[in-house]
Parts: sequence; C-alpha cells; structure tokens
Amino acid sequence: MAWTWFHRLGSPPYIYSLAGRLTPWFAWPAALLMVGGLYGGLILAPPDYQQGDGFRIIYVHAPTAWMSLMVYTTMAVSAAIGLIWRIKVSHAVAASCAPIGASFTLCALVTGSLWGAPMWGTYWEWDPRLTSELILLFLYLGYMGLRSAMEDVQRADRASAVLAIVGVVNVPIIHFSVTWWNSLHQAPSVMKFDRPNLPASMLMPLLMMLLGFTLFFVAILLVRLRGEVLSRERTASWIREALSPPMSDRSVSGKPISGVRP
Amino acid sequence: MSDSIAQAATAVNGSFSDRARTPRSGLTAATLALTRDLRLAFRKRGQLIQPLVFFAIVTTLFPLAISPELSRLRDVAPGVLWVAALLSSQLALEFLFRDDAQDGTLEQYALSGQSLSGLLFAKTSAHWLLTGLPLALMAPLAGLSLGVPVGAVPGIVASVAVGSVALSLIGSMGAALTLGVKRSGALLSLLTLPLAMPVLIFGARATELAIKGESYGAPLELLGAVAVLGITLAPLATAAAVRVNLE
Amino acid sequence: MVIPANPSPPELRSTQKVLEAQNLHLWRGDRHVLQGVSFRVSRGECLQITGSNGAGKTSLLRTLSGLMHPEEGQVLWNNHNIREDLQGFHADLAYIGHEPPLKIDLTAKENLHYWIGTRWALKPSDITESLERVGASTWSERPIRTLSAGQKRRVALAGLALMTVPVWLLDEPTTNLDREGQSLVGTLIEEHLERGGLAVAAIHHELSVRTTALRRLELARE
Repeated sequence: MAWTWFHRLGSPPYIYSLAGRLTPWFAWPAALLMVGGLYGGLILAPPDYQQGDGFRIIYVHAPTAWMSLMVYTTMAVSAAIGLIWRIKVSHAVAASCAPIGASFTLCALVTGSLWGAPMWGTYWEWDPRLTSELILLFLYLGYMGLRSAMEDVQRADRASAVLAIVGVVNVPIIHFSVTWWNSLHQAPSVMKFDRPNLPASMLMPLLMMLLGFTLFFVAILLVRLRGEVLSRERTASWIREALSPPMSDRSVSGKPISGVRP
Repeated sequence: MSDSIAQAATAVNGSFSDRARTPRSGLTAATLALTRDLRLAFRKRGQLIQPLVFFAIVTTLFPLAISPELSRLRDVAPGVLWVAALLSSQLALEFLFRDDAQDGTLEQYALSGQSLSGLLFAKTSAHWLLTGLPLALMAPLAGLSLGVPVGAVPGIVASVAVGSVALSLIGSMGAALTLGVKRSGALLSLLTLPLAMPVLIFGARATELAIKGESYGAPLELLGAVAVLGITLAPLATAAAVRVNLE
Repeated sequence: MVIPANPSPPELRSTQKVLEAQNLHLWRGDRHVLQGVSFRVSRGECLQITGSNGAGKTSLLRTLSGLMHPEEGQVLWNNHNIREDLQGFHADLAYIGHEPPLKIDLTAKENLHYWIGTRWALKPSDITESLERVGASTWSERPIRTLSAGQKRRVALAGLALMTVPVWLLDEPTTNLDREGQSLVGTLIEEHLERGGLAVAAIHHELSVRTTALRRLELARE
C-alpha cells in the first residue's frame, strides 16, 4: 500500500494534481505565520540594546539565510534521488527549487548588507557569513547556468544533479574555509548574528518567521513544480484532460500520440 | 546429433579462450591512459606553454595596474600569484576531455571494462603534470618579479604544487559536466571557481606566510586535505558526469 | 517493430552466450525512438539492424551497450541484466560507433597500442599482424590525421579484429569502405561468428555473411 503511493509520486499527472491540491494548505498557514511573525518582530519585540531598531531586519535576514541553505540541500537531495533511481519528477523538483533558492540567497545578501550598513558605514563588508552566502549564490547560478546551457532536458537533469551533489559536499568546506580566512585577518567589525540568549519575545517571532518561510517555500515549490511538469510533459496525452478547456478550444492535430510516457 | 553439438559447443567455447589475451590490470590501464595523454600533448608541443605564458602575462598585468613599487607588490603577491594560477589552470581544462569526447575515444574508455574513474583520474593526472606542475615551478619566478624574497621560493612551489592538484581535480569535474555544451569556457569557470575558492584561501595564505618567512605548515596541510578529498571523490563525480554526457 | 527474416535454429537456444533485448522503450526528448524492441541473438548469429535515418539504429546499439538507459525493458547478457554487472559485460563487449575511435595525432600502431592495449596485454606482433590483415601495413606509421576516411575505418577494423570478446556491436562498420573493404568486414564478422561470437550490426546494405547465421531486424520510425 505504501509502495503504491510512493510509486504514484513518480507519475507526472498525479504529482500535477496533488501539487495543485496541496498548495493552499501551505500557502495560507505560511501567510498567517509570516504576518504574525512580522507583527511580533517589528512591533511587539523590544528594540535591541546596542542596535536599536536596526536589528529588526534579522526577522527577514535570518530566515532567508537559513532557507537559502535548506533549499540547496533539498535541491541536492531530490536531484540525487532522480539520478540514482531515475525518477523524472524528482528532477523536476530539483529544477523548481533552484530559482527559489537563488532568490532567498539574494534576499539574505541584500538584507545582510542593509543590516550591516549602519554599523559599518559601507554597504558591504567581507563578513564570513555574507561571503559564504555570496559563494552559495554563485553555486546556484552555476547550477541554473548548466541547466540552461544543455538542450536535452534529460541530460541537463542528470548533469546538474551531479553538480548539485558536488556542490552540497562543498558547502561545508567553503563555509569552513571562509570562516577560517576571516578569522585570520581580524576584520574591522564582525556582525553579531549570534542568537544564543535571545529572550522569548525575540525568539518567538523569529521561529514563526522561519516556519512561515519554510511553508512559503513549499507552497512556491508546488506552484513551480506544476509549471515544470507541464513544460516537460507538454506532448503527453494526459495534459489535454488536465487542462481541458471547453470543446471549442480543442484543436485537431494531425500527429498521433504514440503512447503515454512513463 | 546432440553429442556432436556438445562437442562443437566445447570446441567453440574453447576457441575464444585460446585467443583470449590477458586482461590488463586497472593500474596498467590507467598508466597507459596517462602515457597516451602525455604523448599526445608532446605532439602539440606549442600548446603546452600557453598556460604558462598566460600566467606570465597575468602576473605582469598587476604591476602595470597597481604600481611598480616592489614593497606594494610584495603585499599583494600571494593574491596575484594565486589568481593568476587559478585562471591559467582554467585555460587548459576545457580541452581535458573535449577531443576524446569528439573522436569517440572517451566512449571506448567508458566501454573498456576498466574503471572509468581510474582512467579519468589518469587523464587528470596527465593534465596536472602538463599544467599544474609547470605552474608551480614558474610561480616563484613570478613571485620574484613581485618583490618576493628568495627564501619564500620553496613555500611558493609547495603551495602551488599541492593546490594545483586540487584545482585540476575540481576542474576535471567541471570539464566533464560541460562536455555537452558548446563554447563552454565561461560556464566552466562559473562552475569551477566557486568550488575552487577554499583552495585559493588556503593556498594564498600558505604563500603569504612563506613570503613573510613564517611557518606555513597549517594552511599547507589544509590544502593537502582538500587535495586528498579531491583525489578520493572527484574522479567518481567526473566519471558520473562523463556517463551522463555519453548517453 | 520486429521483422525477423530467419528465426534462430532451436538447438542453439540452449547454449550460453545469448544477448537478449526485452521490450526496449526509449525516448529521446519527445521522440519515442525504440518502441518495444525485443530479440535474442545467440552465439554464431549476426543480427543485422536496418532502417531509415533516424529510425533508432544507433540508439538501439547504444542501449544494448549500456551507454543509454531504456525507459522500459532490459538488456540481458547470458540471462543476467547487464546493469547488474555492467563492467563485466563491457569486458565481453566490443562496440564501434559511427566514427573510428582514433586519436588523429597518433599513428595507427600507437592508436591500437593504447586503444586495445588498455584492455588486454598485446604483443607488438599482434598489432602489426592485424594491421597487415586489413591492408594497412604501408601506412601504419603515419598519424591518423593524414589518412583518408576509408583508411581510418580499416584501422578501426584492425582494432576490432584484436578484440577477443563474444559480443560485437557495430554501427555502420562499412562506411567509407570500398568493395574490398566491405567484404573484409563480412569476413571478419564470419570468423567472429565461427569462433562462437555473436554480432549486432547496423548496416545499410548486404553483409557478406552466410544467410543461415544472419537475421534481420528492421526499425521503423515513429
């Protein structure tokens, strides 16, 4: 029974309809959590002792930074599943993750830069975390670049899967080396992103935002996944039924459909 | 009737093993792959020095762009040497597998019954012997031109030699991934350089300490660790990428 | 679509050395290239694959060799799926694609030394004998770059003759060859079959192989 369900997950039409049905279940809670978290963080929580109100950007920066890493891992894991077990839907998931992850990374960089600007006096410092985020952005862009450079979708899937796995192995190494590098040179001002003793009034909104962003990611992933599946399966016969407009819109094509793609 | 068929079957079975030759061990096969690539490279001797010339040109750019004062150049020397080495080793990467992919010999490696990762590791080793090692020997000269003290030479050679091993291995993955892409130079760099950043960080630090006359053991060991990790894992990823592109 | 010309004689079916394709389906992009291809080739048999351009001959050969993965179906060598021990299957396989797999900057002798020598220990006399067999002795010391397409093809045949493996997969082995070269291909395949090997070859025209050992499979386009 469980195996049947798992096997159905590999079927594009099933995933298409499942993703459509699940999206509201993630989207609405995500919206509520994010609104609640923002309210808690921007309005309810007290200002920071040192940084005043400027630190409040952590409520966006920290979750997006965390998500950028989590999405990369998700991307690599589903790419690996697609590579090893040859499941096409898995590759579609990985492809859908990439732009979302890149956007999170960009957000993390921008919010990080805005956070640091009042303290540093400049909009950029080679802070270890920001530098790691920047390199992560390059990894995402490389992944997306490789995909778009290869015309054959199957090959692009499999090659970018190898790249994603190599990338995910490298992320800890890169992070370690960047932190090591930064510590050598006693950089002028290290951003205090540490949150060891956050009071509950600050921690709660942060967790709400984190959870909200995670659900948001899943919702957006489901929407993108549907688009990915449509694009990959565009010649398959089930598409017509799934997108069935009224009879008058159906055009007659001379080409016979020779079979359902597995 | 069935007796004669059985006899014929044995005779026929036997005739394959009469002619059958000793299969090569994996190590011998890999050595042959290495020597083949070295021999091929020496047939086109002119192309061998191109990365080295590029390296020399790039290191010359920095004094022109910054200042002729050796004291200033000495400060930026580690960075200049390493960025130049990184970019130079990128040059030859595009062609690591390209010719073999186009003339069908890469396919024969994949179908040889030998370990593909072993054969590709052999090719990458040949690439290092032809690019990385010469760079490591040339780097001190460039360093001297940037005001680096003579005592720093062993440190520079060691760090660039070890670092270029890691760079060749990382680059081989990128080259294998982009086999199916035409004019892949920019994409190859986009894929390889972020992965090479740890090598750059450790290598430049080792070079910097060597220039200052301090002990550079710690970053050199870290560099070695990355190289060892590369030797262990990169050939597997490279073989996987080649197989994807042979499909 | 399978159109077997001569089914294999019953006695040979029970012996070892059978290459079997079971219900192979392969898609390239949106094209359904292989639509349920099935066949068995036993020792001493040669299966000739015919079909127009784009019918999937090369894709079939690449799927048989394990380079391509079919979406459905499997390839069996001696009743085992080749995926179970792909490296072992490759040790029993000789595959020659469209282009002769030769480095243009090496000579014919050097090419064979590296190409076949990576798989088996060869004596130099083996190489010279094989090159002589295909009529390549006079130009065996020149770089491949200087040879014509037909000469390159002959060097590839010399390499093939050196490969003592049961399975031969050949993609258009007679391309660029003159009549003499084409009959050489036929002779090499015949000898291979007589040794108990089997062959699957995509060839446009007539193979000079005994008809009892020759079967045909025609691939139709979608």
